[in-house]
Amino acid sequence: MDSLRRKAQQLLESKEVDCIIGYNEGSSGNVHAGFITTPGQAEKLIFDDRCKQNLGVYLTKHEVMRLGKLAIVAPVPVMRTVLILTYECQIVENSVKVLGIGLDGQFLDFNEYADIEKYLTDHCNEHPEEDKKLIEKISAMSVEERWDFWHETLKPCIKCFACRQACPMCYCVRCQVECNQPQWIPVQSSELGNMEWHFMRAMHLAGRCTGCGDCGRSCPLGIPVHLLTFKMSDVVLDNFNTKAGLTIKEPSTLSTYKANDKETFIR
Amino acid sequence: MSDFTPKITAFVCNWCTYAGADLTGTSRMKYSANVKIIRFPCTGRVDFMLLLKAFDNGADGIIVSGCHPNDCHYTSGNFHARRRWIVFRNLCDFMGIDSRRITFSWVSAAEGGKWAEIVNSTTEKVIELGPYKRYSQISKDGFINEFEKGTING
Amino acid sequence: MSMEIKSIQKDSLDKLFNSLKSRGNLIYAPVKVKNEVQFDFVEKFEQITDDFIQTTQSVKNSVFPKIETLFKFVKTGKEVKMLDMDMSLIPEIVIWGIHPCDVWGFDSLRAIFTWDTHDMFFEKRMDKLTIIGMSCAKADDYCFCTSVNLGPGSTKGSDVLLTKTGNGDYIAELVSDKGKALATSMPDVFVQAVQSKKEDFLVVVEKRFDSESLIPKMQKKETFDSPFWVTNSLRCLGCGACAYVCPTCACFDIQDEGYGARNIRFRCWDSCGLKQFTIHTSGHNPREVQSQRWRQRLMHKFAYMPERNKVTGCVGCGKCSRACPVDMNIAEQLQEIDQKM
Ligand code: SF4
Ligand code: SF4
Ligand code: SF4
Ligand code: SF4
Repeated sequence: MDSLRRKAQQLLESKEVDCIIGYNEGSSGNVHAGFITTPGQAEKLIFDDRCKQNLGVYLTKHEVMRLGKLAIVAPVPVMRTVLILTYECQIVENSVKVLGIGLDGQFLDFNEYADIEKYLTDHCNEHPEEDKKLIEKISAMSVEERWDFWHETLKPCIKCFACRQACPMCYCVRCQVECNQPQWIPVQSSELGNMEWHFMRAMHLAGRCTGCGDCGRSCPLGIPVHLLTFKMSDVVLDNFNTKAGLTIKEPSTLSTYKANDKETFIR
Repeated sequence: MSDFTPKITAFVCNWCTYAGADLTGTSRMKYSANVKIIRFPCTGRVDFMLLLKAFDNGADGIIVSGCHPNDCHYTSGNFHARRRWIVFRNLCDFMGIDSRRITFSWVSAAEGGKWAEIVNSTTEKVIELGPYKRYSQISKDGFINEFEKGTING
Repeated sequence: MSMEIKSIQKDSLDKLFNSLKSRGNLIYAPVKVKNEVQFDFVEKFEQITDDFIQTTQSVKNSVFPKIETLFKFVKTGKEVKMLDMDMSLIPEIVIWGIHPCDVWGFDSLRAIFTWDTHDMFFEKRMDKLTIIGMSCAKADDYCFCTSVNLGPGSTKGSDVLLTKTGNGDYIAELVSDKGKALATSMPDVFVQAVQSKKEDFLVVVEKRFDSESLIPKMQKKETFDSPFWVTNSLRCLGCGACAYVCPTCACFDIQDEGYGARNIRFRCWDSCGLKQFTIHTSGHNPREVQSQRWRQRLMHKFAYMPERNKVTGCVGCGKCSRACPVDMNIAEQLQEIDQKM
């Protein structure tokens, strides 16, 4: 953590960056995102087990972009976010300084995104064990049981969209749920609308999810919506042998194709 | 369930399957009449939400059909579609939408016979599975039920 | 209105429940679901718990449902026939065991829904409500009711307020006529008051600021223009979590839905935190960035509502801060404004 703070201070002193997006101590024992703009504030940067939010979500936020040149404290999911956003032309290669935090918690000073690609080849995050177990449990159900499971699980969703807003890949200026000519998905929280909304989001995240789990973590009602996008990552890995955000050179799974993609169900 | 006539919606591409279905007709081949065909420029244009909307509006089964690989009028529309359907089917399975109700196929302009076979076998399959109640209960049927009862929001 | 005080013995609370139930009321009460406590319609007294500080969601759903169908319409050919909703179907509901902050949330809603046009759905639902409040023996540091003129034993808005005493019996304050009538109709439940003081059984909630001093500060132009809003909302994500769980947030959207000839028009919750909330058809958005939306949220509650509706639009429950995915703590920010502006 000292090396992180020292680096942050130096970046701000030398005016190499204008703002560092990192984690700060919050209220009631929480941590929250902090936007550090002076060398003196570098002290406030922290990193521990509580620092789970994917800060990459702020890289596409107008008021943050206006702060000038940015650096970001980046555990593995944030590194992957940076690479996807680069491929998707939301940020320019090497424009955001990445202050990496490795899987072992060590500070990693990346000079360019090629170094991140190198690091990620054998340091990619995996789904937490408990989530894997839940996915397995759901997969073992019959198709009717799965429908009932999701129907019950998603019923309480109030459509507050915290899951979407917390997701760094949901940066669309206009989300499909907000398109009303025609109205694809009911606006209100309703049984059908909730199912369709989460189905749609899972499709949009297939091959783009960084595995941070922030959608599920953000839900005020504790609905584990991240299981849907996590499952999609598994599907993409099984079928196309790719993981999202490991490189800036390849498009995401559903924006491309291979002539020899394999399937068994098209007649 | 013998008097159950399933509602089947077919999303087909203009260049291959639609022409193929046309051929089925002009060759006077018989096939089930309960399928509603919706013509698209390309299977690449068939957004997955359209399939959900078909179920929403009471479809019991769905057919998605387009040009064989390498025959796409737009070169790669069907390749993109293929990837999308691989992911889509898996998500349907995971969320409990019965993917057995959806037939995917490649039918060229010359395959009038294949089209008849696809429609007939899909119809048989869906008759076997019965009406798609789980979906319609929370969409069309559920809505109409509430509407008639006039319940004030439960 | 003078208040009468009675008491209820601990083993006759279920009698109160059962009589209310047998009179045809629906009972909306806190129940334990997995690791959480939430309000739900209950059948049996045993389902109810009083072991919670706050539920995630408020109880506003009971008078301002997530979806309120306003009318139905049927299209036949070129004709459209409108059908009114049958208001007699709105049920009698008893809200049981609700904390004082949440109770007073109904007053903010009332101020909005009866401000100029009286909203008939809201009023009808409100009329059918009986509120049995429960004062707080526990709090956490998100609670700030005492900063907004309320408190863990506030009787405002309840029909009956119960306070659990040391031996498990309850002090029952009969606040409204409805509450008095209820007590009169159940003389074996509401018995002679005991000699205990309710203050002894209330949690102490520290006062973080004083709304009397805060409100004029919020209404100053300098506060509106202050850079405070940008600095303090950079991390806000622009979701609807805070507004949807808030007992006083009343914004809604109006939509149509239907299949073929049968259609409904309904209102559903909306939130000023969402960027879509203010966007015009032209694409112009008067609240362009998130700091303006966050400012709107606090201003509406602490500047505009006091001016226009003569109420504070916040009851200090802290639900928004607990629900916020990025730790936007409303009490902390209000305290800072009170100290600095
Ligand atoms: S759900 Fe889809 S359309 Fe909506 S913001 Fe996310 S990616 Fe964009
Ligand atoms: S955060 Fe939770 S309640 Fe809000 S829209 Fe997402 S799943 Fe629904
Ligand atoms: S603004 Fe927050 S603290 Fe105030 S009433 Fe609403 S949810 Fe409670
Ligand atoms: S304050 Fe929190 S809950 Fe409210 S809009 Fe911002 S991120 Fe969402």
